[in-house]
Amino acid sequence: MRGGMRNPMPEQPANVRNKNFEEVALGYTKEMAVDEAQRCLNCPKPRCVGSCPVNIEIPKFIHEVAQENFAEAYKILKRKSALPAVCGRVCPQENQCEGKCILGIKGEPVAIGRLERFVADYAREHGYDNEAEAPAERKDKKVAIVGSGPSGLTCAGDLAKMGYDVTMYEALHAAGGVLMYGIPQFRLPKEIVQHEISGLKKLGVNIVVNAVIGRTFTIKELMEEEGFSAVYVGTGAGLPHFMHIDGENLNGVYSANEFLTRVNLMKAYQFPNVATPVYVGKSAAIVGAGNVAMDAARTAKRLGAEHVYIVYRRSEEEMPARKEEIGHAKEEGIELRLLNNPTAIIGNEKGWVSGLQCVKMELGEADASGRRSPVAIAGSEYVLDVDMVVMAIGQGPNPLIKDTTPDLEVNKRGNIVADEFGATSIPGVFAGGDIVTGAATVISAMGAGKKAAAAIDEYLQGK
Amino acid sequence: MAKIITKELIAPAVYEMVVDAPLVAHKCQPGQFVIVRTDEFSERVPLTIADFNRGTGCITLIIQAVGNTTRHLCESFNVGDDILDVVGPLGRPSEMGKFGTVVVVGGGIGVAPVYPIARAYHELGNKVISIIGARDKDLIIWQEKMAVISDEVIITTDNGSAGRKGFVTDPLREMLEAGEKIDLVLAIGPVIMMKNVAAVTKPFGVKTTASLNTIMVDGTGMCGGCRVMVGGENKFACVDGPEFDAHQVDFANLVMRQQMYKNQESLEYSCGGHCKCVEE
Repeated sequence: MRGGMRNPMPEQPANVRNKNFEEVALGYTKEMAVDEAQRCLNCPKPRCVGSCPVNIEIPKFIHEVAQENFAEAYKILKRKSALPAVCGRVCPQENQCEGKCILGIKGEPVAIGRLERFVADYAREHGYDNEAEAPAERKDKKVAIVGSGPSGLTCAGDLAKMGYDVTMYEALHAAGGVLMYGIPQFRLPKEIVQHEISGLKKLGVNIVVNAVIGRTFTIKELMEEEGFSAVYVGTGAGLPHFMHIDGENLNGVYSANEFLTRVNLMKAYQFPNVATPVYVGKSAAIVGAGNVAMDAARTAKRLGAEHVYIVYRRSEEEMPARKEEIGHAKEEGIELRLLNNPTAIIGNEKGWVSGLQCVKMELGEADASGRRSPVAIAGSEYVLDVDMVVMAIGQGPNPLIKDTTPDLEVNKRGNIVADEFGATSIPGVFAGGDIVTGAATVISAMGAGKKAAAAIDEYLQGK
Repeated sequence: MAKIITKELIAPAVYEMVVDAPLVAHKCQPGQFVIVRTDEFSERVPLTIADFNRGTGCITLIIQAVGNTTRHLCESFNVGDDILDVVGPLGRPSEMGKFGTVVVVGGGIGVAPVYPIARAYHELGNKVISIIGARDKDLIIWQEKMAVISDEVIITTDNGSAGRKGFVTDPLREMLEAGEKIDLVLAIGPVIMMKNVAAVTKPFGVKTTASLNTIMVDGTGMCGGCRVMVGGENKFACVDGPEFDAHQVDFANLVMRQQMYKNQESLEYSCGGHCKCVEE
């Protein structure tokens, strides 16, 4: 059908959406979803399933969509994923399930992510998601989950389904981790995140916000005083990196984490109706080219910056962001300054950003990662006229747990050392997601949470 | 939720609140702080823990109504009301030990965070000399509490309405010039006051600590909004501090960074720019 092409995703027009925080992608209609689902060949040996970090039975759920059995499709999704409405929106399907779809060889792969989103949204809108499942036999053991991001949510959900008494601790005032503070409203509405989390509460997961593990309780105290038999650490990659160039402490310079947290978690885009302010310049330079950089750039645009530049030292081919997000950003008027490397942030006499000094780069020999490494072109320095800079060059692990858990083995970068099932150097303490791997994707963190839940079950059964 | 147990106006626009926060009271150490969110529209505001009682599970907050959120907290919240979120304890506890003679300097409501640290110094057998300064006698807080845990209390006011006329740095400089043996100086107050204290002690080589009250969002190391240059390195006040070697802190950068939202809000903790110590 349609010459091997997928159904396009309805979207807000670019020059409308770049001024509001409503969701960009509007979702398939029922008719589109059924039509798209009918494209699936229902392969006997589906390659998509194996490339999904949580192994969703993709052809099965799509088959149910094609038959208009949306409730059944939803059940199949929920068997493996606690957060289908989230994953359908933010997973890099092109590198995972859709990347392996046989239809992609000659045409376009089945739009698996869009179908997942449709099924989850349809279930939520028709009120049959989060229906209480038959409770598993209660197990008389308590498990603590540290961090309520994608990894912790998945681990908590799986353990609760197995019947464990699960308590999830969150340092901020709202559960969801990066889904709440990092990914913008226009890509992942916070109401949807909270709705998915409410499903976990129905499973019996006890969520404690405002509890900073390492401070409020240490891991040791959780196990020795609070009665937890196992702990899962999924605290993510929360520590922002800076470039260590001159001028990074000028006013008008943000880490992407701070900029996005102010806007997403604290809803500063509604200032002054909310109390948290955010500074937005007339021209903003976003340093970096990952998904976080795209989010920061598109957010700055929506908040009124006239010019928003992505400043990246390599070329478009090497940009780590999803193609879809780069495309969205360009459509919304984000300007790419590729092969440009910042060398200093220039300030005015009052201590505010007045420019970003960059040097132009060219691609040289391939480096260890196989990417051609950028080399500065001598004498090509210039100053980009901006009054705001956002550093979106990655995040490292927060040191709080490491510093307060002496026996916990970490690597040179401060990431927790864990085996493929999440077991750490301390018996009963498991870890997964970005705190182990360094900054990665929502779904890989969920995959780690899932594996760890199984490993924790095995560990506790053996005790 | 944290219930307000007592609320008292202790100086113009300065309130003392005792708040039910057992998880914080259970663990907190001198020098640590909490982040408070009054309601769902609120900012996350860092407030130092001015006192705590492990028995009752309560902490004491001293709040100056200077910013949107602190004004809202002081004006609209009363005994029996719940503060939506109180999270902590955050930050590294103060370094404790028997140092010898410790001079603690509290400017304005900076006396409040000084108090539990000075008390701990005192309990460990240090000689504690407290210097408390403010613009006017009405703005001096906790003089009696400080007297109980200090070997000596010196009051200074800008206008001479209480204690000696002048700045907190005056008696400190005199002590140092007179050759008094001082092993440690702790300064908490407006940034300019801490900067001046550091400048006074530096030539004498006396170890000096300042507790920094920077802009913060999460308070757990996530946003980097609290970053400050210390000894040429960027540090996060929330997880690396809030206390730092005052001789290493780039106070000029800190003063500048405190202006980031000048147009949108007043800053917490500071004297709001009214304090005359800025002019020194």
